Amino acid sequence: MTDAPSPARLSIYDAAAANRVRTVVLIVAFVLIVVVLAYAIGEYFGNGSGAAIVPFAFLVSIASAAASYFAGDKLVLAQSQARELGAGEEKELRNVVETLAIGLGIPAPKLYVIEDSAPNAFATGRDPAHASVVVTRGLLDKLDRTETEGVIAHELSHVGNRDIRVMLLVTVLVGTVALIADMAWRGMFWGGSRGRGRDRGGGGAIIGVIAIALLILSPIIAQLIQLAVSRQREYLADASGALLTRYPAGLAGALRKIAADKEPLEVANKATASLYIANPLKDAPAFFDHLFDTHPPIEERIRRLEAMG
Amino acid sequence: MDISIVLIVIVVILALFLITTFNRLVTLRQRVKEAWSDIDIQLKRRHDLIPNLVETVKGYATHESTVFQNVTEARAAAVAAGASATPQQRAQAENVLTGALRSVFAVAENYPQLQAIQEFKDLSENLTATEDKISFARRFYNGNVRDYNTALQTFPTNLFASAFGFGPEEYFELADATEREAPQVKF
Repeated sequence: MTDAPSPARLSIYDAAAANRVRTVVLIVAFVLIVVVLAYAIGEYFGNGSGAAIVPFAFLVSIASAAASYFAGDKLVLAQSQARELGAGEEKELRNVVETLAIGLGIPAPKLYVIEDSAPNAFATGRDPAHASVVVTRGLLDKLDRTETEGVIAHELSHVGNRDIRVMLLVTVLVGTVALIADMAWRGMFWGGSRGRGRDRGGGGAIIGVIAIALLILSPIIAQLIQLAVSRQREYLADASGALLTRYPAGLAGALRKIAADKEPLEVANKATASLYIANPLKDAPAFFDHLFDTHPPIEERIRRLEAMG
Repeated sequence: MDISIVLIVIVVILALFLITTFNRLVTLRQRVKEAWSDIDIQLKRRHDLIPNLVETVKGYATHESTVFQNVTEARAAAVAAGASATPQQRAQAENVLTGALRSVFAVAENYPQLQAIQEFKDLSENLTATEDKISFARRFYNGNVRDYNTALQTFPTNLFASAFGFGPEEYFELADATEREAPQVKF
C-alpha cells in the first residue's frame, strides 16, 4: 500500500519558496515606506530637510527589519507572557507535536504555554529550526486529543510553509510603520505647523499635500499588505493541517470550541492578533471585524474542513 | 555566420536546461535521503525499547518462552536489515517484528499484575508513540519518493536521468491497516 496520491499534495517546499519571495518583498516595501515617510516628515516639519533624513531613515529601517527578523519571536513571546514548557511537562502535547513534526519533515519546535483560560494557539519564529508553538492553558483544558492534533497540525503547517517568518515580519514591521505615522499625525496637529505655507511657493504646497496624503495612507497600505497575505494563508494551513492528521473533523471541532468561547485572550493585542489560529480579540466592533480582519470567518473555515471529510 | 549563432544559442539553452534539471533531481533525491533518516531514527528507537519490554514481561509470564524468542529473533533480523538492506527488505523485517510484538502484548493481557506496573505502562506508551512516529515518517518519506520518482519519469527528464546516474527510489511500505484515508482537498 503506497500513499494514494491526493489530488493536491500541498508541498511545503512550494509554499516555502513563495514565502521566501514574500519575505524579500516585505522587507523592501517596509524600507521604502519608512524612507518615503521620513522624507515626507522632513519636508513637512523640517522646512525641506527631507533629503537629509533619507540615509538615516534607510539605516534605521534596515536595522529594525533585521532586529525583527532575528529577535521578533522573542519579542512576541515575551509580550504574550508565554512560558517555555520543561521537558517533563505536558507529555501528551509534546508527543503530538513531535509526531506531527516528523510527518512534515521539520524539527520539533519549542513549546510554550500562556496561562489563560481562553483557548487559542499560535506559532512564531524565523524558520523551522528556530520555531516556537504557543498554546494557552484553556486550549489544553478544553480540547480533546484529536482537536489538539488538528490545532497543532495547523500551526506546524505555518512553520513548515515558512508562514511564521512572514507573519512575524508583518506583525513587527506593520507595527513600526503604524507607530511612525501615528507620531507624525499627532505632530501635525500639535505644533508641527512651523513655516508651513508662508515661506514656500506652489511646489512646497504640493509636497505638503503629498506628505499629508502619505501620512494618512501609509498605515492603511501597511494594513493592506497584511491582509493580502493572511487570509489565503489560513485556509492553506487548515488544509495542509487536515492532510497531515488525515482527520479534518479534529480541527473543525477545535475551531468550533474556540469560536464558542466568548472570553477574550488578555495578552493578545492588535499587533499579535493575526498570529493566532483564531482571532483572540472577541470584542472588536463589527465594522473593524470585517475591514481589518486577518482571519477568514470561522464558520467558513469549518465548512471547508467538513467538505474535505 | 547566422547559423553558427543559432547553433550557439541552442547549445546554451540545452546546457541551461540540463543543469537546472540535474540540480532539481539532486535536490529531490536529497530530500528522499533526509526523509529516510527520520524513519531510521524511529525504527532504531523501537529496536531499543524492545529488550526492556521483553525483560519486563518475562518477569511475569515465565512460561511463554517461544513468544520471547520470536520477538528477540525478529528484532535481531530487523536490526541486521537496518545496517544494509533496501527499504523494501527493511519493511519486511519490520513487519515480522510488529507481528511478534503484537503477540507479546497479547501474552501480557493475561497478566493483570503486569498491566498494573508503571514500567510496563511507560514502555507500551513509548512503543505506541514510536509506532505513530514511524507511520508519519513513512508518509513523509513516501511523499518525497513520489515527488522524486515522478520528476524522474516525466518527459523529457526520463530521456537522460539514468545517464546522470539517477534511478527510482523505493517506497517504504508497512502492513498498517489502521492508516487513515487522506482527505480530499479542493481550492
